[in-house]
Amino acid sequence: MAITVTINNETREIDAPGDMPLLWALRQELGMVGTKFGCGIGMCGACTVHLDGQAVRSCSLPLSAIGDKKVSTIENLAQSEVGQALQQAWLDEDVMQCGYCQAGQLMSATALLNKNATPSDDEIDAAMQGNICRCACYKRIKTAIAQVARNEETANV
Amino acid sequence: MSEATTLSRRSLLKVSALAGGGFALSATMPMVARAVGGEAAAPAELTAFVTIAPDNTITIIGKNPEIGQGIKTSLPMIVAEELDADWDLVKIEMADTNMAKYGPQLAGGSFSTPMNWMPMRQTGATARAMLIAAAAQQWGVSAASLSTEPGKVVEKASGRSATYGELASLAATMPVPDPESLTLKDQADFRIIGRAIGGIDSPKIVRGEPIFGVDMQLPGMVYAAYERSPVFGATLKGADLEAAKAQPGVIDAFVVRGNGNPEELVDGVAVIASNWWLANRARSALKPEWDNGEWASHSTAGYAAKAKELMDGGQAAEVFGERGDMAGALASAAKVVTADYSYPFLAHVPMEPMNCTALMRDDGVMEMWAPSQTPQGGLTSVANYLGLPPEKVIVHITRMGGGFGRRLNNDYMVQVAAIAKEMPGTPVQLIWSREDDVKTDFYRPAGWHRLTASVDAEGKMTGLKDHFVTFDLGESPFNPALMAPDTFPAKLMDNLLLEQDMLRTAIPMGALRAPNSNALAFVTQSFLDEVAHETGKDLPTLLMEIVEGAEPEPTTMGFTGPTPGFNPGRLRAVTRKATEMADWGKPVADGHALGFGYYWSHQGYFAEVVEVSLSDSNKVQVHNVWCAGDVGNQIINPFGALNQVEGAIIDGIGQALQLAVEVEGGAVKQSNFHNYPLPRMPMTPQIHVEWVKSDNSPTGLGEPALPPVIPALTNALFALTGKRVRSLPIDTSSLFA
Repeated sequence: MAITVTINNETREIDAPGDMPLLWALRQELGMVGTKFGCGIGMCGACTVHLDGQAVRSCSLPLSAIGDKKVSTIENLAQSEVGQALQQAWLDEDVMQCGYCQAGQLMSATALLNKNATPSDDEIDAAMQGNICRCACYKRIKTAIAQVARNEETANV
Repeated sequence: MSEATTLSRRSLLKVSALAGGGFALSATMPMVARAVGGEAAAPAELTAFVTIAPDNTITIIGKNPEIGQGIKTSLPMIVAEELDADWDLVKIEMADTNMAKYGPQLAGGSFSTPMNWMPMRQTGATARAMLIAAAAQQWGVSAASLSTEPGKVVEKASGRSATYGELASLAATMPVPDPESLTLKDQADFRIIGRAIGGIDSPKIVRGEPIFGVDMQLPGMVYAAYERSPVFGATLKGADLEAAKAQPGVIDAFVVRGNGNPEELVDGVAVIASNWWLANRARSALKPEWDNGEWASHSTAGYAAKAKELMDGGQAAEVFGERGDMAGALASAAKVVTADYSYPFLAHVPMEPMNCTALMRDDGVMEMWAPSQTPQGGLTSVANYLGLPPEKVIVHITRMGGGFGRRLNNDYMVQVAAIAKEMPGTPVQLIWSREDDVKTDFYRPAGWHRLTASVDAEGKMTGLKDHFVTFDLGESPFNPALMAPDTFPAKLMDNLLLEQDMLRTAIPMGALRAPNSNALAFVTQSFLDEVAHETGKDLPTLLMEIVEGAEPEPTTMGFTGPTPGFNPGRLRAVTRKATEMADWGKPVADGHALGFGYYWSHQGYFAEVVEVSLSDSNKVQVHNVWCAGDVGNQIINPFGALNQVEGAIIDGIGQALQLAVEVEGGAVKQSNFHNYPLPRMPMTPQIHVEWVKSDNSPTGLGEPALPPVIPALTNALFALTGKRVRSLPIDTSSLFA
């Protein structure tokens, strides 16, 4: 009953029930533990991955629902220009305290900037409000996203 | 239950006694534990915290658990400073749990900075002195003629120099200097301390590398879920183990008997599977039966009703603080102000759910990978539970996805040890669901206060009375709920009467970030704002009156070393600074108002001003927070320091606005983030922070910025609406009643 899924541009065979959420297949069937467990009900965003470029909560996405769509995780983020720019901005702004939610924050932020390279303050809030940071590094997360967006704006002038 | 929490207090005392000894230890130990005459090509261990390789790489041990407070970066910065290291060549390694080698290792109470400031400087200076001694011997000159520049010893007269890497193996054979003989750097010469340095693990975090406890992977590892009673104090009657074992992926299911101490182990059923999701899902097949005893009738509503009854009943069961003549002060008062305040139980909910990995090894050693704020306490608990000598328990400290006080209690460590003991040779990772976490925490205790102040004809506050209802710990209240006579403003009242009643409960209680203070700041600073209002002045003015003529208290030997007592000058300085920053007393935007709060906790003085408005949908909106903090004469890492303050402020606002744990039928009603709603990005205010430097050694920042923001917010809401918030979380509808 192996399920075939494309993850970070590789075809992976996963021997698990179809109703197993992608999160637990990533972490414990494939050993890709960058994607984090936070709540299990899609309320915190720690488990955010990209499905065909859209930010989705992997704790609530059954393996059987993925089909031909392509999964991309934090381990693959540096392969994208925007992802890499955000990773650097996260370090420049010293965004994190405990850091546990940051993989999910980065995945949500990347999906946002891929869709909207120069979001407004309110658009950042709207795109990021599904991601909880218990340490409350929100001010810095927002600054880091705005920094990358500003660079984008400058590059386009 | 009371026995259990008594045990906890005793173990806290034990830790504290060890910590006292550890002070001497951490000053002397680094010099003892070192490699003797290492081979030239091998890295040389100069002190327990400093190892230098021939290629000049310096490895510094991070001794205390990292929960996001930045200590794994900041303590090694202190070592590197006195070592005069080149920071670019420094690597940081996390210590294993080892009291004898590293002294006390804990993340709590904002203790790490004050407790380690001097020992970390000394261990760095010791290694530096040994490197200088090695160069002096090699060159046949006196040590006094040598000095250091980052990463090398230099002789100014000749211009020659040698790198630390070149000198390290000889340095490791040099006599260890007496720490008292070491000359420490002048603050003005610091090159590393005071620099904004990013978290040492941050590059790994943004790449998603496995560094947290729950990321631990071992060959052949299995996963465990643990089913325990939702009703606190219950015992297990039975469960359908066979039904759970028949679920997909399940390897085993077995009963684990508790030892009656919720801080160690309560009854439950372990379900083991090849994947945690499968183990957790199989729990639903267990259909366990519990004996709830007397506890299923307990509820927070019941406690609140009982508290009101006790406060209305007049005289409390116990007087625990008395000064002057409060009855006389009330009798002769020109004005009496009285109000009831209350606050709820709260959960910690760090983002990384509780987990721990354990392996019962063939050689009889229990090896563990533990995200614990008190790994030494956890090691002791596990050894006690298993009946093993402490040297047969190895605890590796992992990075933690948050702590907030939850991981001061090590119940998950004992749980996984009890499970792994049944499966020798197989590594087991226990993970809790978020529901397990919310429903079986060690909660910030709820509390109820009836406060009364006497005011004389000149409008001066002459006395304070508090009738406090708290929870039982046998004969004394649970520690993090204590309203002590030496808290502010009680300590400065000529007339004081503190009384308390206690309620029995089985709800486990623990320390939540800024314990005591996170509740008492709200109660006392809100009430003082009421007194100020009733006497026609503002809260900053009243605080200045209260401390008028008060002298600084002397420095005493505390848990973290020499501890300065309350200093009214520091209160004045942060109060002045915060009110200046906020343009306090000047007009604000239409529909906005300011509120002020001050608190001194964990050796840090913080004054904060909050600007609020109510949105069209009658939601509380916090626009700005101005914060002035005094944590001594030196900010070690401005990056981490500011991050702690910003986080604490938002944490406090979140608590005030929307968090409460309620108990019904002996069990917690809340279960996950949909009904325990943490702050999210859109509610983040502008936060403006300034440091007030005072002539004191640096102290911790994990906690003290949190308490004052809560009363600053509720006082701002009073200024805006004329309605007092006397109960948390804030019931917005009451502001319009």
